[in-house]
Amino acid sequence: MSSRAVELTSQSGPPARPGAILDVRDLSVEYLLDSGIVAAVDRVSFSLGAGEFVAIVGESGCGKSTLLFAIAQLLSPPAEITGGSVLFQGRNLVGLTDSQLTAIRWKDLSVVMQSAMNALNPVKSIGAQFKDAMRAHGVNSREEIAARSAEVLRMVGIDPLHLHSYPHQLSGGMRQRSMIAMALLFTPKLVIMDEPTSALDVVAQRSLMVQIKELQQQFGFAVIFVTHDMSLVSHFSDHLMVMYAGQVAELGPTQQLFDSPAHPYTAGLMEAFPSIRGPRRPLKGIPGSPPDLARPPHGCRFAPRCPKVMDRCRAEPPGLYNVDGTQVRCVLYEGGAGRGSAS
Amino acid sequence: MTELTASPSPGPDGGPTAPGAPAVPEPGSGSAALLRAEGLTKHFKIGNTLSQRTLHAVDDVDLAVGERQIVALAGESGSGKSTIARLLAQIYRPTSGHIYFEGKPLSSIRSRADRLRYSGLVPMVFQDPFASINPVFRVSHGVQRSLKLHRPDLSKQQRQDEMLRVFDVVGLAPAADVIQRYPHELSGGQRQRVGFAQALATRPKLILADEPVSMLDVSIRIGLLNLMAELRDAAGVSILYITHDLASARYVADRLVIMYAAQIAESGPIEEVLAHPKHPYTQLLLSAVPDPRAPLGVSAETDRGEPPKVIDPTPGCRFRGRCPLAMETCQTVTPVLNPVAAGHEVACHVAQSGAEVEAF
Ligand SMILES: Nc1ncnc2c1ncn2[C@@H]1O[C@H](COP(=O)(O)OP(=O)(O)O)[C@@H](O)[C@H]1O
Ligand SMILES: Nc1ncnc2c1ncn2[C@@H]1O[C@H](COP(=O)(O)OP(=O)(O)O)[C@@H](O)[C@H]1O
Ligand code: SF4
Ligand SMILES: [Mg+2]
Ligand SMILES: [Mg+2]
Repeated sequence: MSSRAVELTSQSGPPARPGAILDVRDLSVEYLLDSGIVAAVDRVSFSLGAGEFVAIVGESGCGKSTLLFAIAQLLSPPAEITGGSVLFQGRNLVGLTDSQLTAIRWKDLSVVMQSAMNALNPVKSIGAQFKDAMRAHGVNSREEIAARSAEVLRMVGIDPLHLHSYPHQLSGGMRQRSMIAMALLFTPKLVIMDEPTSALDVVAQRSLMVQIKELQQQFGFAVIFVTHDMSLVSHFSDHLMVMYAGQVAELGPTQQLFDSPAHPYTAGLMEAFPSIRGPRRPLKGIPGSPPDLARPPHGCRFAPRCPKVMDRCRAEPPGLYNVDGTQVRCVLYEGGAGRGSAS
Repeated sequence: MTELTASPSPGPDGGPTAPGAPAVPEPGSGSAALLRAEGLTKHFKIGNTLSQRTLHAVDDVDLAVGERQIVALAGESGSGKSTIARLLAQIYRPTSGHIYFEGKPLSSIRSRADRLRYSGLVPMVFQDPFASINPVFRVSHGVQRSLKLHRPDLSKQQRQDEMLRVFDVVGLAPAADVIQRYPHELSGGQRQRVGFAQALATRPKLILADEPVSMLDVSIRIGLLNLMAELRDAAGVSILYITHDLASARYVADRLVIMYAAQIAESGPIEEVLAHPKHPYTQLLLSAVPDPRAPLGVSAETDRGEPPKVIDPTPGCRFRGRCPLAMETCQTVTPVLNPVAAGHEVACHVAQSGAEVEAF
């Protein structure tokens, strides 16, 4: 692809921060299909300090789950990491063997999937699933397993009596909470969550968010939190990464992105949810849908939907520009324009 | 009876119409109600023969939907919203209570033909756009079937024209191309539009939309909410919009009905209820709406409750276990809906005492 060579010369994200627990660098993932290559994650870079909370937002199909799976080394064919590194506590996870990864997963890094209903085993009690996870990591003492299982359930606000419950006997909110409890069995340094609240109603969603934040502050683990609902994370994340079509569109401190969205896509996402306060006004959302990543548009991938599009946007892919301490992939910022030029 | 004729396409891009409420008479305040439910109740027997118990899914609900009106029915999972929709759609038979459509009781519907006619006038759109369309047929199939069933008088050509028209109305353009596709070739938002097209094919007066946007991406929801507002404003269709999200309810609805544990907690004109929420539960729901423009409420930290399954209930307010304001009376006396302002009703002892309610 000719567009690729041009783009490769652009900056590749923020520099690694000293003391970062996770440093993702130029990470690329492709699905190698008979019909062609789907470039689902394209040179994504970001880093995360111990105890920090980063939210990744974007519409369905923008590569969020693929990125998470790549970070946790959970991809399977036809997906393949085609470039980049994932430094976790100083060690590159890309290329580690399964047994090396098993030692890290759960203990240092755990993953909470989108649907607990799919991730939990329907024919095993919650307690039995916790036991399996602990045994797999060499904890065999019955007392220790029982004590820790009850402890983590209590941590997420569930009565330990429910260790005897089966997933279908719990409400959606309780299932998600038990998934999170399971992820905390070994006090990990990093918890990766893929839309853990998307299947819940607003009240359960809010209560789970507050719970996650409290646990995070109490135990000091870092969080990567994926959601399609940007409004959800405003009060919870330190950093926000907006993903579009497999790439970082904008990355920076959460408050800054909300206060003055720089990328037209971020501005569009901000305009996509109605407010409970202020005047009722019509919203347009973002017309169209994200591109097919087997054939991404030439130039800026957002150009076909962008209200600010210019001729040169279609000519070549914009780089990722440093703007007031944030990263923005949009030609509007090429000449050093400040944030807010999108609105 | 006036026939509904949906106006032609509102433009393929589904551009936004102002979602503001049109001037409509209050339903329930006379003859204007298109659909009215009185004392609507649905109980399910659960457990085995040894310990038979009764689950109250819907208890004594009064509800009205006016002409050209969107009524939002909001509440947490399990509060009874879908059961109400199924009762109104005649999928369930009520345990007790009555439903009137255009003034006539549904219980008077006896013949298959009348039943069919009603299901065409009051169709349902479901939450899961993946489950409600048959995956093995082209998307034209469901609409064709509806048209044959509900409007057998149409010729083949008329059917085709009508199909293109409804796909156009819901913003699926070019319609001639979209109808040829299979469900898996459409996005979630497009599939949900097919659901609305199917509902429109039977020239409905009232669409029962059960969480039609809950499973969609936030950015796609707005388009469907705009579509619902357009159907009301341009085609004069009323909608019962079931949701757990008060922000989206506010965006499209004229009236708001809040459900908690099978009962109505509060109802009224939506701006009035949201500006002056009187029931502690309404305040809880409101505080849970993510709002980047507002500071994080303290409330979020305190509420860890879940809505109860209502099994063999005893008297008393069903919200009392989660309510920071619960008093002695709330433990023993079930509050009933009473007006606190014009058209605004609330079922809460504290609110009815005239005290300021600031629960969440
Ligand atoms: N198993 C797969 N095979 C082929 N393509 C896939 C597969 N999973 C995801 N994709 C493609 O990768 C892109 C990113 O998908 P995903 O990571 O699931 O995005 P998100 O989580 O943001 O919705 C999409 O274009 C999707 O079609
Ligand atoms: N067919 C049924 N049999 C038994 N219980 C049911 C049935 N349908 C719904 N319920 C129960 O009725 C209550 C209300 O459910 P529902 O109407 O689906 O609520 P909502 O749509 O607000 O989530 C829930 O406790 C649910 O478990
Ligand atoms: S580069 Fe151009 S098309 Fe892309 S987001 Fe910026 S203004 Fe829009
Ligand atoms: Mg995903
Ligand atoms: Mg429901």
